[in-house]
This record gives sequence, structure tokens and C-alpha cells, in this order.
Amino acid sequence: MNRPAPTGAGRRQAGFLLGFLVVALLVAGGLSYFASPDPDGLDSVTLNGCQVTETEAGEQLEGTCIAQNAQDHALGSSPLADYTVAGRDGTVGLAGVIGVVGTLVVAGGLFWLLRRRRPGDSAER
Amino acid sequence: MVLAMHMSDGLVNAPTSLAFGAVAVIGLAIAVTRARADLDDRSAPMAGLVTAFVFAVQMINFPILPGASGHLLGGALVAILVGPWVGMISIAIVLAVQALWFADGGLTALGTNIVNMAIIGVWTGYAVAVLLRRFARRSRPGLLTTAFIAALVNTVVASLGFVLQYAIGGAGGASLTTVFALMVGLHALIGIGEGIITAATVGAVAAVRPDLVHLLAGSPAKLELRRAGPHPEPSGSPDSTDSTDSTDSTDSTEATTRGSAS
Repeated sequence: MNRPAPTGAGRRQAGFLLGFLVVALLVAGGLSYFASPDPDGLDSVTLNGCQVTETEAGEQLEGTCIAQNAQDHALGSSPLADYTVAGRDGTVGLAGVIGVVGTLVVAGGLFWLLRRRRPGDSAER
Repeated sequence: MVLAMHMSDGLVNAPTSLAFGAVAVIGLAIAVTRARADLDDRSAPMAGLVTAFVFAVQMINFPILPGASGHLLGGALVAILVGPWVGMISIAIVLAVQALWFADGGLTALGTNIVNMAIIGVWTGYAVAVLLRRFARRSRPGLLTTAFIAALVNTVVASLGFVLQYAIGGAGGASLTTVFALMVGLHALIGIGEGIITAATVGAVAAVRPDLVHLLAGSPAKLELRRAGPHPEPSGSPDSTDSTDSTDSTDSTEATTRGSAS
């Protein structure tokens, strides 16, 4: 309950963490627009041997490659699927910001619950 | 453009997915029990932010060859900043968020993706970083070089996880030799990007908050400084201090074994 007033070190810690968060938000919210649209290392390997052609029914793979065995994602129609918001073009930045905040809440929450309490904290309880 | 960065469902058969799913669950269960020792009021928020940062940077595919790109996996990055146990959970959370919210990485492939990036990637990065720790503690260039090498190796070895899974239960479409050669070749290039991002990030954190870099924690040089007061040369006798550090020597042995095996 009686938390000590923020010390110099506490403020420094908060400032550092806030800076880290801002960088993550800028990367996901802004830099993501400049990400390469080409397949990544794994996708390049699974697509090796196939020609990708865009048709009205979507992407078609011609030839023989591993990716022909790939199944559509079970949650492919979820609101944030493929790093867009509701499938709209140009929303990758917003999707990224939502992802950063969501990841922070999930991970930060879990790590906060798992942390070792200070001896003083447990005595108060 | 469809942004997809991890294994989809169907690339390996169901028994293989299931087996690697079990390995992932067991690995994460151990990580959760061991991570507590590395988490306190100061490091827990840092670990949360590092996880969010990995999510953000994984979105940034950088070009490696005409028509091919790569992105950060993050194993060495998290291992160096928050330690291997917390780091495993970090990467697993990123992969779960991507699979469940962003439809990136198949649901049945989540186990294989976690094994490759959260277990193989993190521990390879950690093993290399620990092997070079003395070098990393000595100077800033040493730290940056350590981060770069650990990240480069983690990327290539993590890519071998897919080769292994394809060898065990691959759905077909390409020969194992082709898969091996392409995975290693492309990920050696991606590893350079991963190394640069990891070195830059670790360097930035170490510049402002070296106390939040897990790899440097409990540094013999720092302990020496504290005990000896304002001594100009903190290098006293790091060797004797090192030999009493049992975790250090165990980790180094592990790393050596891995190194010679691969």
C-alpha cells in the first residue's frame, strides 16, 4: 500500500521503459510500411519450384513446391489477419501498434505475475 | 501482399506437429519455473517491453536477395537482454500472438515454430553469447561483436529446426538436400541482418542501462569494482572469480558440445 515516492532511479527506470516502448511503437506503426513485401527465408524455400500467379481466386502455385501443402490459416478471417485491420489496405501500422500494445499487456502481465516479490512486499500481505 | 513469417499448417505431418508441440509445451513449462529467478520488480517490465519490441521488429522484413527477404527471429536478442528462460517465454508469446491474432504461423505449426525460434534460437544465441561473455564484458566493441555473432548463429541454427522437422515428417514438394541448402544459405544472409539489429539494440540498451543487460549481470569486473572501490584497473583476477561461477562453466561446456556437433 504505502508505496515510496518515485525516487530518481525509479523515474530513470520509467523514462527508459517509456523510451523503449516509443521505439517499438514507431517500428510497428511506421517502419512497417517500408518492410519488404518479398517472401522471407522460409517462404522462399517453401515456394522454391513454384510460380506464383495472381488470379481472381487468389494466389495460384504452379509447379512443385512445399508451399502447395500449406493450408489456409484457421483464423484467416480474424479482424487483424495478415497484419491489417479488417483486411483494409494501409492499416499495417495500426495493426502493428495494436500488436505491440497487446503483446506488452500479455507479456508484461505474465512476467509481472511470475516475478519474485521483494521480502518487504510479501510481509505486507 | 500477405505478410506471413512463420511455418503454416500442413508443411509437416500431424504426428510431427504433435511431437514438436509436446516438446514446446515441456520446454515452456520448464522455462516458466526457471524464469522466476530472473524476474523482479525491475526486470519484469523490461522483459515485457523486450517482448513487444521483438513483435514490432519481426514485422520489418528486410531485403536479402532479389525477391527474398528476412526478418528478425530474436533468440539471441532476448537471451542477451533478459536471459534464456525469460527469453524463451518472450519469443513464445510473440509467436502465439502472431498465430492467434494476426493469422501468421499455423495453429498446429505453433509447436514447431516455438521449438525453432523460442527453444533452438534462444538457446543457441545464449550459448554463443556465454561463450563470448568475457569478451563482451571487456569493451563496447566486444559486446556488439558478441551480440552480432550470437544472432547470426542463432538464425542459421534455428533454420535447421525446420530442416529437421521436414526430414522427420515433411509434406514433400522438395528434396531434403535442397531444403537444407536453401534454408542455410538464405538464413546465413538473414543472420547478418539479425546480427546488425541485435547488436544495435543490445548496444543501445547497454549504453543507457547496462544493469538491464542480462548477459552482463553479475559481471566479475563490476563486483571487483564494488569491492575494491575506485580502482583504475578492474581487471584484478577475473579468472579466479570465473572459475567459482558454476553456471558459467556449465554453459560454456554446453556451448562447446553444441558447437562441435553442428
